[in-house]
Amino acid sequence: MKLRKIALLIVVTLFALLLTACSTSTPDAASPTDAPDTAATPVPVQSGNVVNVFNWEDYIDESVLEQFEQETGIHVNYMRFTTNEDMMVQVEANPGAFDVVFPSDYMVERMLKKGLLAEINHDNIPNAANIMESLRNPSYDPNGAHSIPYMWGTVGILYNTKMVDEPVDSWGILWNEKYANNVFMMDSIRDSMGVTLKYLGYSVNSRDVNALEAAKQKLIEQKQKGIVKAYQVDETKDKMVAGEAALAVMWSGDAQYAIDLNPDLAYAVPMEGSNIWVDPMVILKDAKNMSNAEKFVDFLCRPDIAQKNCEAIWYSSPNSTAIELMGEDYTSSPVMNPSQDVIDRCEFFNDIDETFMPIYNALWKEVKNAK
Amino acid sequence: MRYDMSLPWWAWVLMCVGLLAFIAMIAASIRRNNGVKRSLFAAPYTLWMILFTIVPVILIAYYALTDASGAFTLDNFRHFWDSNYAKNQLYESLGPEAAAYITRGTVNVDTLVYSLWMAFLCTLICLLLGYPAALFMADRNMKLGSSLVVLFIIPMWMNFLLRTIAWMSLLEDQGLINQFLRMIGLNGVQLMYNSGAVLLGMVYNFLPFMVFPIYTVLSKQDPKLGEAAQDLGCNEIRTFTKVTLPLSLPGVISGITMVFMPSVTTFFIPRMLGGGNSMMFGDLIELNFLSEGNWNVGSALSLIMMILILVSLSILRKADPNGEGGGML
Repeated sequence: MKLRKIALLIVVTLFALLLTACSTSTPDAASPTDAPDTAATPVPVQSGNVVNVFNWEDYIDESVLEQFEQETGIHVNYMRFTTNEDMMVQVEANPGAFDVVFPSDYMVERMLKKGLLAEINHDNIPNAANIMESLRNPSYDPNGAHSIPYMWGTVGILYNTKMVDEPVDSWGILWNEKYANNVFMMDSIRDSMGVTLKYLGYSVNSRDVNALEAAKQKLIEQKQKGIVKAYQVDETKDKMVAGEAALAVMWSGDAQYAIDLNPDLAYAVPMEGSNIWVDPMVILKDAKNMSNAEKFVDFLCRPDIAQKNCEAIWYSSPNSTAIELMGEDYTSSPVMNPSQDVIDRCEFFNDIDETFMPIYNALWKEVKNAK
Repeated sequence: MRYDMSLPWWAWVLMCVGLLAFIAMIAASIRRNNGVKRSLFAAPYTLWMILFTIVPVILIAYYALTDASGAFTLDNFRHFWDSNYAKNQLYESLGPEAAAYITRGTVNVDTLVYSLWMAFLCTLICLLLGYPAALFMADRNMKLGSSLVVLFIIPMWMNFLLRTIAWMSLLEDQGLINQFLRMIGLNGVQLMYNSGAVLLGMVYNFLPFMVFPIYTVLSKQDPKLGEAAQDLGCNEIRTFTKVTLPLSLPGVISGITMVFMPSVTTFFIPRMLGGGNSMMFGDLIELNFLSEGNWNVGSALSLIMMILILVSLSILRKADPNGEGGGML
């Protein structure tokens, strides 16, 4: 008898656990945060005078949130994510949970396709007039109808001026055997394929099979000649600061971080062009606090606030008035403030969806597997 | 891509069958032991096993045998054999120009072979280094033996990720070793970002798993056996080959298992010390899950690896039927 009871107990507990674990996975949207304003509520408060904000990790000056609360009396429910894909899962799984979200450009495109975004009412966001002209009609969101740029940057080459004595003006330098075993490539499909496509004269969004196969061949050649020292992402900036390699493919924000720590480093966007990216703010169609969301977005577009955020994270600001406020500090940095000429030769990433991505994935794996 | 965790009815049936089988096994063992009391102690562990071993394995099998929409398919295993499978299908639909590029992708198979080779080398080196060390530690005449045991254990107090990152600051071009070499007037050497560094990292991390099983068996060995062999005319070498070594085989086999398994599946070490230059099978599985968001193919690869490990385990079990080494779970 006892035996049967035990077996029964086990089965019951097990199924209870299984059911809670498997069938209804309600991911707690808010990654636990240490900010004082988030309180300990994982599920955003949906009533009352609040705005639910979903932003990247380490991507804002936190004091700005307090200032917003003081000035408007609206409580900011601030939540963070680490990748676009994470964010997307949360947004789709919790309709109505978020008001303002900060996706990357190509993700805006995907969200638009899925009809998740509300149209921006510029009458309620007057400070959006501060956004620079060149970013008002981005390819990912025509006329900027559904998004307002928050930060932006480029992909380029970070190099050590003590090890590289020739001008860095072409992606070709990453294939120069003089720098054998001295180049860090990015362990990221779109970025590494993108710069190679640019070098070969194609678009970073190419869907031309010949272009893609040629880019793969080029990357394999680079690896087989022993030019690549390593493929990595987050480690690269610190390795470059330590002088581990002469050249590295890098995002401008990380480059600025590295240059601040090691003045021998410099950053260049090659003449063939590159990827330019924007992380915009969007308001979700099913936002529960529409007018608060608009107030929050407007607040972040206010020049003094945009300046604070930019000075906290050192990415490029899309806010031309804020740039005027920052003056020399900002404008003298070619990394944060590239010339119009550089911007003109760069392209946005378009969203490459599941119907084409397997091609990119397979090509990249062949590169990684090349001996 | 969002994965819906709700399962179709047949997956539930599969899981129930698995559970029932498991419960039946427990019931049988209880009957064998003529009582309930003793097996009661095993209940928490059994529950643990079911939740964190049996259920995940069933989930992996489920994903490996279905496509993104949840329908049954064997395509995921075709993806293993031909890493370009999905790409080739798209190329076919894109017309003759693209179709000209269709080739079988060998990435998955190559990576598996490379991983097995690296794991074999790692196990061999660990055995060659570990056996003498264990012999030394177990020798009662050596005063240093027990302190050596402590020395082996101390690094294990630290997380292995930290230890691997520490190796980076030793091996880097601007790292301690190269700084020292340059200080005494030699040229620096590139130590990082190659297979050698990966192998070093693996051996370093897994060596204790070889040493301790062998040490345990050796230290339990009755020293009188060796004395008897010598009384009967064996010299030192013959005593070792005829008595000590055969008696320590269970420990060796257990050590081999404990080193080989994590070596095949390792993925952090090749990324950090190898700089992502040569993928191992663990990297590939991680790539499928996280970067490509393809849980189905990732699960199929995991399943293939699990089967390989099971096969090698059962071969080893044949060599050590009593499981004296204590390494078998």
